[in-house]
Amino acid sequence: MGGLLFNAFIYLCAAVIAVPIAKRLGLGSVLGYLIAGILIGPVIGLVGSETEDIKHFAEFGVVMMLFLVGLELEPKLLWEMRSRLLGLGGLQVAITAGLITGIAMLLDVYWSVAIAIGLIFSLSSTAIVLQTLNEKGLTQTSGGRASFSVLLFQDIAVIPMLALIPLLALPELSSQVPDAVHAGSESRHGFSLVDGLPGWGYALVVLGAVAFVIFGGHYLSRPLFRYIASSRLREIFTASALMLVIGIALLMTLVDLSPALGTFLAGVVLANSEFRHELESDIEPFKGLLLGLFFITVGAGIDFDILFGDFSTIIGLTLGVMLLKAMVLLFLARVFQLERGADWLFTLSLAQAGEFGFVLLSFTLQNNVIPAEMAKTLSLVVALSMLLTPVLFIVYDKLILPRLQESETSQPDEIDSQGTVIIAGMGRFGQVINRLLIASDVETVVLDHEAGHIDRLRKFGIKSYYGDASRPDLLHSAGIEKARLFIVAIDDRDRAVEMVEHVKKNFPHVMVLARAYDVRHLYLLKKAGVDLAIKEMFNGSLELGAEALKMLGFHPFKVEKMSRAFRRHDNAGLEKLYELWDEDVDLSANRAFLATALEHADNLQELMRTDRMQMHDRTERGWTPPPKNYTDDLKQ
Amino acid sequence: MDSDLTDGRDKSESPGGDGNLHSSDVFARRILVLLAHPSLDRSEVNLPLAEAATDIEGVTLIDLYAEYPGFDIDVDREQARLLEHDVIVFLHPLYWYSTPSILKEWQDLVLEHDFAYGTKGTALHGKIFFNAITAGGSEEAYHSEGYNHFTLRELFHPLEQTAMLCGMTYLPPFALFGARTAAEEGRLKAHVSNWVRLLKVLRDDSLDISTAHAMETLNKQIDRISREV
Repeated sequence: MGGLLFNAFIYLCAAVIAVPIAKRLGLGSVLGYLIAGILIGPVIGLVGSETEDIKHFAEFGVVMMLFLVGLELEPKLLWEMRSRLLGLGGLQVAITAGLITGIAMLLDVYWSVAIAIGLIFSLSSTAIVLQTLNEKGLTQTSGGRASFSVLLFQDIAVIPMLALIPLLALPELSSQVPDAVHAGSESRHGFSLVDGLPGWGYALVVLGAVAFVIFGGHYLSRPLFRYIASSRLREIFTASALMLVIGIALLMTLVDLSPALGTFLAGVVLANSEFRHELESDIEPFKGLLLGLFFITVGAGIDFDILFGDFSTIIGLTLGVMLLKAMVLLFLARVFQLERGADWLFTLSLAQAGEFGFVLLSFTLQNNVIPAEMAKTLSLVVALSMLLTPVLFIVYDKLILPRLQESETSQPDEIDSQGTVIIAGMGRFGQVINRLLIASDVETVVLDHEAGHIDRLRKFGIKSYYGDASRPDLLHSAGIEKARLFIVAIDDRDRAVEMVEHVKKNFPHVMVLARAYDVRHLYLLKKAGVDLAIKEMFNGSLELGAEALKMLGFHPFKVEKMSRAFRRHDNAGLEKLYELWDEDVDLSANRAFLATALEHADNLQELMRTDRMQMHDRTERGWTPPPKNYTDDLKQ
Repeated sequence: MDSDLTDGRDKSESPGGDGNLHSSDVFARRILVLLAHPSLDRSEVNLPLAEAATDIEGVTLIDLYAEYPGFDIDVDREQARLLEHDVIVFLHPLYWYSTPSILKEWQDLVLEHDFAYGTKGTALHGKIFFNAITAGGSEEAYHSEGYNHFTLRELFHPLEQTAMLCGMTYLPPFALFGARTAAEEGRLKAHVSNWVRLLKVLRDDSLDISTAHAMETLNKQIDRISREV
């Protein structure tokens, strides 16, 4: 226990110190984690042998990341990507693997070993690249999307690679290694559902598992989440989100499929679900921590003895691999006609080897494909290339971007002009707002913490998500940064004020509209910075009052004039009183004054009585006929 | 779009007493353009005319349908606007040989007894008034021989008389005939630039008012000025 706490403390300490510094220096968080790892590992030697185990654990961060990526990607989008996925991704893997195999064979490496090396280096680092693209906000650029398609293809390609590698085994190595190691890195738990099955049986089990993920994600997850959401226990929702991801990863491992791919699939299936934003914000912190841990272990795993033992060779190999990968990528960028700028982002971001390289490497080792000494060197090359990736991003930022900006007049972003409207609260109040906006072709994102509401809305085809909109992380995943309007339609008065305050403070460009419960609430909202607040009862009661007057025999248009004047008068009174109210900002000290002021505003009857003459005059004015003898003046 | 249009009001409403001479004080006349178009998003002519007007210094443009979507016209505000300007223009498409309804509502409410007419109603005396109209029919149609039987000026006799009763100087309409096809036939650009010229000569008091008053439309007068420039 003491050892565990000590290690955890060391890892966290290193991250807490190194990452903010790296970020401030403009190096990005990934490089910060890597440096932290190098410091506590090879440099100071605080951590050692356990890093390998931690790395296996931390690789789960990649699994979670792909789940989150899947959540962002609706099936329709994935289908639209198919040509890029297969063309760009397929060609990248094939050409890179082929070239590296060829070069290795030229360097007198045995052909089967050369193929294994080629496969290992054809992969890039999903973890580093996606994390960095995200951090820099480049995910939705065309270069970012191209990079993503290639990474996704690579993650899929790992599966056939894992199947191919055992066939490359070197007979002279297998005699040295006892059979016990033969378990395979992807099934470390030592149990597999598919061991000893014939080929067709394996295929059936795999298809069954995939079908289960799709079917279960679509039909079973919703009742489950709805049931859990109705319990209103946040941590249980988080627990069930984790359970889902871990469960799918486990299932995939049992059938010898990539857990990352499985959770990605589950993410895509759930991308249309109302729980999407809630799942996102629940998994996000775990993913972030685990990925950070993973980067630290990469840094900590760099073996300085081997590095300095043969410094020039290893650096030469690393740079050579990266240069070759970059050239292939640039070639593909040109063939697929990526735009200027996007081509360089694509080239520089994917030029490293990645974490799946480690996975393949340990797998080749277990299957006696590559000699142990060579594996250590290769592992170091993979780690160094990952370490250098953040540097390439800096090159892109400092050298490529400025030139682009010089040569092009700034192009408008790809954000659609309408922007989004986020509506918090889908009770009776929010629903009307949403229906009006949707009928006017305005895109809305709807949030509500009542799972039952969401369910009903979804049945009517209204796109809505489960979640507590007062949580900043949920607002973030609902896209508050890009929203134009934020509408608070919830009935919890205090939370509404908090929400307004939070959004106006952190996203001042977003206009905030809110539903006010009463005058006091209206003023609180105004003080919180709301751009427009409307008293929820006012219009309805005014309308009913008007109907009452009509039933009493008043002419409908006379009633209309009365209502208009009343509304105008009420608004003016509210504004006047707010000035009084706001002058006395320190409310708590002066409640009596506030109460009097509000009572005055609230007491409509009082207002009507004191103001009757003026109001009467006002309503009648526009239609007052001229005096009986007015034509006398005009005849002259 | 709407906000662009209503922004124009700031030009003349904000007081210029901060040492700088305010733009509207420099000009001989300040112009108020009241735009009435109930579906600006479909507008092909009125919108460009309105936008051109907002760009001219000394001109205030009010989009009435934007300001009073419920026809709840604020009489005090509108009367204050009239007092601040010397030229009043109704800018609108021709609806049933008259203005769109909000302009009629505006007249009914704003031109009060003892404000616009009557013994004490001298607030508008000496101001200039005219309509800027887009009409669907051709100019020949607006003629005793044409299918509309009356000229545009004849059709607007009610407004001419209103202006007279209010002590204003009435000018004939500034009109674009065949407005539905003006953009396609390339007539729009010339009309917009004539409109801008018209507003500028009125603002700078370089239009011969009595000649203009006698014409059938203001267009010929502006054409002549344009040729001279």
